[in-house]
Amino acid sequence: MAFKLTRAAIDARALADGLHDTRAGACVTFEGRVRARNGGRAVRALDYETYAPLARKEGDRILAEARRRFSITKAVCVHRTGSLGLGDVAVWVGVTAGHRRAAFEACRYIIDQTKARLPIWKREHYAGGATEWINAAGGRAKRSR
Amino acid sequence: MRYFAILREQRGLGAERVSTGAATARALYDELRGRHGFSLPAGRVRVAINGDFTGWDAPVREGDELVFMPPIAGG
Repeated sequence: MAFKLTRAAIDARALADGLHDTRAGACVTFEGRVRARNGGRAVRALDYETYAPLARKEGDRILAEARRRFSITKAVCVHRTGSLGLGDVAVWVGVTAGHRRAAFEACRYIIDQTKARLPIWKREHYAGGATEWINAAGGRAKRSR
Repeated sequence: MRYFAILREQRGLGAERVSTGAATARALYDELRGRHGFSLPAGRVRVAINGDFTGWDAPVREGDELVFMPPIAGG
């Protein structure tokens, strides 16, 4: 079980290789990538800022919860910080389990909880030079699905 | 105090020591919001003291590290 924050590019292949586990008949991975459009605006890049000590603690708690709730063998979650370009992997989740159902469900749980609970903030840079802290505009709360 | 994201920008720095008579996290946020013009009402902010989430009514003690957290946006 491992949660990590990293300023370096996420190497999805290396992380998946780290999940090698002969007890596991299923391995589910998820990559969250930087998308070129958000809310109708052209995104050029983004920055993540985090309160690292609390993010690590909360990330560890989420993985521990996943292990309690689902019958899984390994779970890893890595979140980028710093400046990212289009297509970069912002968050990576990998889960192994004896069977696929638990692996899918745990992976979904981890990414959903990560987005809902980790103290991480995202600033988007738009074509034309404007920037905006996501979800921080007065009174407006954007929802993602 | 440590500040992140939009609160860091509105404060103009990432960390500072503050002297306050505020007894709770809510009173301290209200005081700092008045002083620095933070755009976010307390209802859209969460508070952490000494590295853990806590509630607005949590007491503030000398030497505590407080973080007022804007709405998060990870992933």
